[in-house]
Amino acid sequence: MVRTDLLAMLVPAMPLLGTLIIGFGRRKFTANTAGGLATVLVALSFVLTLVLFLGHHGERHIVHLFNWITVGEMQIPFTFQIDALSLWMMLFITGVAALIHGYSIGYMHDDPRVATFFAQLNLFTFAMLLLVMGSNFLVTFIGWEGVGLCSYLLIGFWYKTPEFNYAGRKAFVMNRIGDVGMVLAMALLFLQFGTLNYAPVMDKAGLMAPNNPVVITATLLLFLGATGKSAQIPLLTWLPDAMAGPTPVSALIHAATMVTAGVFLVVRSSVLYELAPYTQQIVLWVGVATALFGATVGLFQNDIKKVLAYSTVSQLGYMFAAMGVGAYSAGMFHVTTHAFFKALLFLGAGSVIHALGGEQDIRKMGGLKNTTRTTYVTFLVATLAIAGIPPLSGFFSKDSIMAHAFQESPLAYALLVFAAMLTALYMFRLLFLTFFGTYRGKAHPHESPRVMTVPLVVLAVLSAVGGVLNIPHIFGGNEWLKHHLITAADGVANEDLALSAATEYGLMALSTILVVLTIWYAWTLYGKKTTLDGEPADMPFLKRLIAKRWMLDELYAYLFERPFSWLSRHLFTLGEAKVAVPVTVGTGEAAQGFGEWLRKLQNGNTSFYLFGMMLGMVLLLLITLLSA
Amino acid sequence: MLYLFYLLAAVSILSAVTVVAARSPITSVIALIVCFLSIAGHYILLNAQFLAMVHVIVYTGAILILMLFVIMLLNMNQLVEQRKPLLVRIAAVATGGLFFLVLLAATHQGLSVAPAHFDAGIGLVHTIGTVLFRDYLVPFEVSSVLFLAAMAGAMVLAKKDGTEHVNLPPSSEPGQNA
Amino acid sequence: MENVITAIRVVPLGHYFFLCFLLFAIGMAGALLRRNILIVIMCLELMLNSVNLLLVALSAFLGDTGGQVFVFFIMLVAAAEVTVGLAILVQLKRNTDGVDINQLNRLKW
Repeated sequence: MVRTDLLAMLVPAMPLLGTLIIGFGRRKFTANTAGGLATVLVALSFVLTLVLFLGHHGERHIVHLFNWITVGEMQIPFTFQIDALSLWMMLFITGVAALIHGYSIGYMHDDPRVATFFAQLNLFTFAMLLLVMGSNFLVTFIGWEGVGLCSYLLIGFWYKTPEFNYAGRKAFVMNRIGDVGMVLAMALLFLQFGTLNYAPVMDKAGLMAPNNPVVITATLLLFLGATGKSAQIPLLTWLPDAMAGPTPVSALIHAATMVTAGVFLVVRSSVLYELAPYTQQIVLWVGVATALFGATVGLFQNDIKKVLAYSTVSQLGYMFAAMGVGAYSAGMFHVTTHAFFKALLFLGAGSVIHALGGEQDIRKMGGLKNTTRTTYVTFLVATLAIAGIPPLSGFFSKDSIMAHAFQESPLAYALLVFAAMLTALYMFRLLFLTFFGTYRGKAHPHESPRVMTVPLVVLAVLSAVGGVLNIPHIFGGNEWLKHHLITAADGVANEDLALSAATEYGLMALSTILVVLTIWYAWTLYGKKTTLDGEPADMPFLKRLIAKRWMLDELYAYLFERPFSWLSRHLFTLGEAKVAVPVTVGTGEAAQGFGEWLRKLQNGNTSFYLFGMMLGMVLLLLITLLSA
Repeated sequence: MLYLFYLLAAVSILSAVTVVAARSPITSVIALIVCFLSIAGHYILLNAQFLAMVHVIVYTGAILILMLFVIMLLNMNQLVEQRKPLLVRIAAVATGGLFFLVLLAATHQGLSVAPAHFDAGIGLVHTIGTVLFRDYLVPFEVSSVLFLAAMAGAMVLAKKDGTEHVNLPPSSEPGQNA
Repeated sequence: MENVITAIRVVPLGHYFFLCFLLFAIGMAGALLRRNILIVIMCLELMLNSVNLLLVALSAFLGDTGGQVFVFFIMLVAAAEVTVGLAILVQLKRNTDGVDINQLNRLKW
């Protein structure tokens, strides 16, 4: 037990240590020392997690660090919860983070602020670990805010470009909107249950009848928080802009780990969601809509990272759809596989960008499969995985979600299959335009250094074989991950599929065939392109709408930004100029004028002072006398 | 014995008035010495022998002699002191008188208090010494620090140092300041 | 000795109050009247002594030694004050060739 406590404390302590050392000594560190230290620490964290994981047998273990807030009846300890769910998250967070840290040594090698970068990356890892390890909503919330902060810092890492700063700010503001939901949800839960610790909350909630209005409100508010962090409709516009950050950041934060925090939160409070079928319906349809949104917009993006960003949005939609149908383990499975192949895709994209000296426009790429061999092969693996080609990991996780969706709502299933086809289309468009055909740019492509390709290979292997974690029964598997996670979920409903084996086979075959057909279609469209012209001006309306990202940014600007700016402007001219300034400045001027007048009393004449003193004494005595 | 009190009181008041009214500083100091001696007589009347001795030694013996030294060293007797304007002088006397009246009025109730008990021994060296070193030891020690500071301050202030002094303007015109 | 003590009982406390207040008022008027700083310092001493006398009188009448101890401390403070005051006086004389209190009117702002 003591050993578990110690290990659990050491896991987040490692990256925190890295942040402090590298952060304070950032002027002394070079790219190699800072990156090496950061990577080693995170890798150490991974090893410690692995030790914890291997010694874990499904029990829930609370690690008490200290009592944090004690006010009246409110007792909030600073504790970690070590169970199957948090361990699983910790495992792939530290694992993927370690690989990305290593990759960053190569990618950020020439950046003057490389030590700062690693300090922030370590801080992010620490915050993310805090998020998943916390045993109550508030500790999770620290991590939640911490990753938001790191995301902001790292998006705006190249702060000299104003657009990048705007992107960071946008991410921050969007996340704050979600955070409001989370804070309100916490307040509500505390009011209802008198505690914020997960275990008692879930225990007490488990005894309640379904459709309790408090629980429904709380789950909706939690979901609002999750949409902010996980870029779901309506709070998704920040994620594509977040690609302004360095590519490893996009890989680590905006693809593999942070954006899955919302999914994690929903799984953590799955007991509550099971009690609120209405919320589940909303979660399902928001997820499906987001999946479609991301997939459609991804078709028309020309920035390699933007395509991947919308793909992330779309995949997160799948995860939330899984949450909506109560397939929590399937959602977590997709979180895991997605972490592998999306991190790989981003790192591959980073490798391409690196190879082309900073070029991100896929219209200026092409034919790179010969010059950047390793990148091409790994990228291909990831693309096949995300498209859901068996037997790669994405096939199993995505199919598991779609089967659950079919059981719940065939319409949702159909839409998800359509989104899967779109996924294959835009991913292979990306692949073909980047690696096939002939090179359309001017730079001299070269393969990235070993420190960057090794993580690619590791992730490619994981993306390829990640499916073995949760092989469904029909293929003779035992759904290991599901059984592993079920120990963590507090009384989650039965997640087993009630479909016949034939139906399952049929669904799989259907989606696979459709996806393969889509890939062939993509090949005919983009496979042999040697030149690429811009989008034609006479696109049909729908196409134009999608290319403009469904006008979501414009809609928000119209709905929120412009009224707000209008209000601010008028508050400035009316409130600030006519009330606040006169009041504040006037107060100062009045005091100053009074002081000018009062200064005359201090004329330097000692006799005058003496007189004043004496008269004062007389006055005081008189007052005493008269009041007696 | 009551007459002795009246005599001493008359001497103190007259000499005090002389201190204030005399033109020459030397006269003032001499008058103050007389005043303080009469106050020492009051102390003896009040059976405070120790304080009477200390008073004579400290005030007449040290402070006032020091003042005389200062007067002689600075040749102050030759200085002609300008008088304050009449209005100010009237105001000063009025303030003093007003203060006196107010004080009397304020303590009017307490004037007729009869002595609770009368202990002949409280003014003796033995008694004061015991109280001073038992109940007031810390203030006593702290006052020694005060003396040290005053001594050092006086030396620093009075020392003729080499730095340039800001030359204050000579005495301002009479009647300018109230 | 005993003679004196019994005699003291003849003098009412009010007389001491009267005498002390009068001395204090004279000192105060003097401090306001005169321009010679030395005289002003002397007037301050006078005021301090009037208070001393009152303390001793009350101490005697109430049979409390504490009053006399306070007189002792006031003497200490007065001695220190005179020391510093005279030092300032010397310095003022040295700098302005005068001991007029109005020469200190630069002590402002």
